[in-house]
Amino acid sequence: MILTAALLVPLLGALVLAGAGSWRGGTVRAFATAVAVVPLILLVWAWVLFDPAGAQFQLVVEVPWVPSLGMAFLLGVDGIALSVAVMSALLFAASVVYPIDTKGRAAQYYGWLLFLEAVSLGVFLTLDLLLFYVFFDLSLVGMYFLIARWGHGTPQYSALKFFLYTLTGSLALLLAFLGLYLSHDPHTFDMRVLMEAQPLAGSAQAAGLVLLGLLVGFGIKTPLVPFHTWLPQAHVDAPGPGSAILAGVLLKMGTYGLIRIPYSMMTDTFAHYALWIAVVAVVSILYGALVALGQRDLKRRIAYTSINHMGYTVLGIAAAGALLGGDEAARTLALTGATVEMVAHGLITGSLFLIAGSFWARGEEYDLDRYGGLARRAPLLTGLTAVAAFASLGLPGLAGFVAELQIFAGTFAVWPWLAAIGLLGILITAALFLQMLQKLFFGDLPARWASFPDLRPIEWGVLGALLAAVVVIGVYPRFLLTLIEASAVLTGVR
Amino acid sequence: MPVGDLLPEIVLLLGAIVIVLTAVFTRQERQHWGAVLALVAVALSAWFAAGQWGAPSKLTFMGVWALDPAAVAAKLMILGAAAVVVALSPEWMATDRRHGEYYGLLLFAVLGAIMMAAAADTMELMLGVLLSSAASYPLAAYHRAWGPSVEAGMKYYLIAALANALLTVGVVLLFGLVGDTAYEATQATLARDADAVALIAATAFVVVGLAFKMGAFPAHVWMPDVAQGAPAPIAAFLTVVPKIGAAVALARFVTLLPPDLAWRWIIAFIAVVTMTLGNLAALRQTDVRRLLGWSSVSQSGYALMAVVVLGLTEQALPALLLFLLAYTVANLAAFAVVVHWRGRTTLDDYHGLASAQPLAATVLVVALLSLVGIPPLIGFFGKLALFSAAIDGGYAWLAVVAVANTVVSLFYYLSVIAPVVFADRKATLHELGPWARAASLTTGVLVLAFGLGAELLVGLGTVIASF
Repeated sequence: MILTAALLVPLLGALVLAGAGSWRGGTVRAFATAVAVVPLILLVWAWVLFDPAGAQFQLVVEVPWVPSLGMAFLLGVDGIALSVAVMSALLFAASVVYPIDTKGRAAQYYGWLLFLEAVSLGVFLTLDLLLFYVFFDLSLVGMYFLIARWGHGTPQYSALKFFLYTLTGSLALLLAFLGLYLSHDPHTFDMRVLMEAQPLAGSAQAAGLVLLGLLVGFGIKTPLVPFHTWLPQAHVDAPGPGSAILAGVLLKMGTYGLIRIPYSMMTDTFAHYALWIAVVAVVSILYGALVALGQRDLKRRIAYTSINHMGYTVLGIAAAGALLGGDEAARTLALTGATVEMVAHGLITGSLFLIAGSFWARGEEYDLDRYGGLARRAPLLTGLTAVAAFASLGLPGLAGFVAELQIFAGTFAVWPWLAAIGLLGILITAALFLQMLQKLFFGDLPARWASFPDLRPIEWGVLGALLAAVVVIGVYPRFLLTLIEASAVLTGVR
Repeated sequence: MPVGDLLPEIVLLLGAIVIVLTAVFTRQERQHWGAVLALVAVALSAWFAAGQWGAPSKLTFMGVWALDPAAVAAKLMILGAAAVVVALSPEWMATDRRHGEYYGLLLFAVLGAIMMAAAADTMELMLGVLLSSAASYPLAAYHRAWGPSVEAGMKYYLIAALANALLTVGVVLLFGLVGDTAYEATQATLARDADAVALIAATAFVVVGLAFKMGAFPAHVWMPDVAQGAPAPIAAFLTVVPKIGAAVALARFVTLLPPDLAWRWIIAFIAVVTMTLGNLAALRQTDVRRLLGWSSVSQSGYALMAVVVLGLTEQALPALLLFLLAYTVANLAAFAVVVHWRGRTTLDDYHGLASAQPLAATVLVVALLSLVGIPPLIGFFGKLALFSAAIDGGYAWLAVVAVANTVVSLFYYLSVIAPVVFADRKATLHELGPWARAASLTTGVLVLAFGLGAELLVGLGTVIASF
């Protein structure tokens, strides 16, 4: 019931706003904020109710939708889903509150944002494979309209590219889902049944093809090199809150899907190919970091660090896959680390993109070389950006460190050499973020920024809340780890 | 003779005759009553057809006429589509001097399509194809004074003449091989023995004949011209109704063929070429109606996937019908909006219409997204059923090709959606009238409602496991 409400409230809110063309901008924003906070409260409540010692999936709701196909409106969470969903709800609330120029279409903008919130949460909360696909696809539609209408630069081109690329991925997923669906008798899309049955365990060739489809689909979404080329374009041209959602929530669908579907439903096959997935992940880590280092554009730089960070997550998942049936402690460590990385990356990169949005709102400029010396003009902006950047480069005491430590500890148990190569990524990330801070905030202040305004209360309030969560996870990760570890132990084990 | 079995068809025939006679004695400004008569005939026919649902499959009328769930489903779809087209017509045709007989021709064309879907005899099949074609030539060229309409009619006629001639040759060859025209006898004889070369030739000719009606390769080139040049309601009609009849007829025909004939590969080849060609051609269009025409070609290619795996999986026939339904509703919705906006053709005229008419624009966007297969619209369930059938039938590669094509198709559907939603308005907007608006809204709601209520349709589909 709680989970259903967490989906339906933003969806109904979006429907209300669809018919609210005549409302004033302020009213719309207040309404959207009120609506967006509800799922956050509901999911935190779900967290309180969740019993880490209980069954793998809890708070299950099942309403038949297309029983002839074995499809149901089936919701339920484990610790992994719940932690990512709570992070998403928080980020959506932050994005709704964060000020943005809605180009005179406030009702539409907030309507699409709430729609996107409903379907994004749906991806994390559902336990039905086909419903997962439905939400996964609808998130593309929502994001397409957000980028194309409220983006800048060449928004329609970027939105089109985003939609085409990610639809390719989701259709690959659809075929793979059908492969899983058809190989179980009776046919069903119920994830719990498919996890239990491991329907493709006996047929190596079919399992290989299905895994390929899943990896392409989730690889495009995550994104893994070489499927990443849609990402920088979409990020740069999307409005600030849109980029925050895109990086913070939509990318997580790829890695969350990896854990939920191939890792859990075809464990043998996943373990068999885990090394290759890990290699691709390490390539993404290094490539993302190196390319980010070469960017002069603020938003592009942050966008490429997403490729780098999602690479850590995939590395953790792959290591956990390779450890299935092996060292249980290391496997739990790697999978927990991957999940914490998702939460941490969502909060940190979400904040960074919101900050980038504030830069755009002040100067319509992303070129790092044209900034400088803002530390004195805008101390709040400087401080918060510094916290986010340090969190992103993995400074101990902040959330990113907790995640990356666990991922690398887990990976060392299987492939020490790969973990060693991957560590180079952290080094490069440190360099690129320090350089970014230096270019933005130190040195001489260019004349055109002489009256650069500091963050408004609403802006630093939102960023402060997100980064407070980052600090809390970094200093006292136990509350999050308890939730995730219990599920990580159960995931993928029959 | 069991005349009762033919009540849906007889009602249509009588309706058509009554309309033509009434038109003769009615002043032009009152001829829109023909639309009402046509709607009554269609409704009665659908009523009788619905009564045939659920009865055990049989052949009637000396074995030439199939009464099975697939035939009834196709009839109901065709009649539903016809009702939408009739509703789109009176305002469009209001100033035409021959408004009256238009509805008569329309009912004849509907009858022809229904005959195709239910024919269990090659002669009967030909009769259906010819009736549907003959009634459609004048409909496509109804705007006699307007060049593109005449051109559309002419192209349609020329290709039809060739395709129908080939179909006749195929039917004659088949008769020569079998010595009978009934499907039951044909199947039995072909299973025993048949001259392979002659059979391949006959099959090829029949397939080309039906491919023409479906708008599939190699006889598809009329589709974009008709979509662009024919009266807009007729464009909606001809991109949808003959396709339903011909797809079911083709499915019925291929089940007659012996398994050692490589017909699956022939159909798979046609499917791949049709969807790819249609999509690639649609990419370059700057005319919305022409684009919808090419999209209609590509959708035929998808539908043929289900025909390929017919007999290999129980999902094939239900998938074909579900996909046809999904396509029908979405395509009609898209064309209904085009009619409502007075049939404007060039993409430039569509710029920014969403701000002027949010509701109609929403219907257009939803219809196009359904044609892509975005959930939870009905088009998603249609494509899902097709992919599932193709994979289950062992033709997973065909599903992969269809997926690649779907991505390509998203590009051109978005090339319509983006200007409608995001661009600034250029042209002034003219609306047709309340009937067209109602038709577009109804079909638009159905695209979503059928998707959300997919259980009803999928559940019905399980009745239709085979002919």
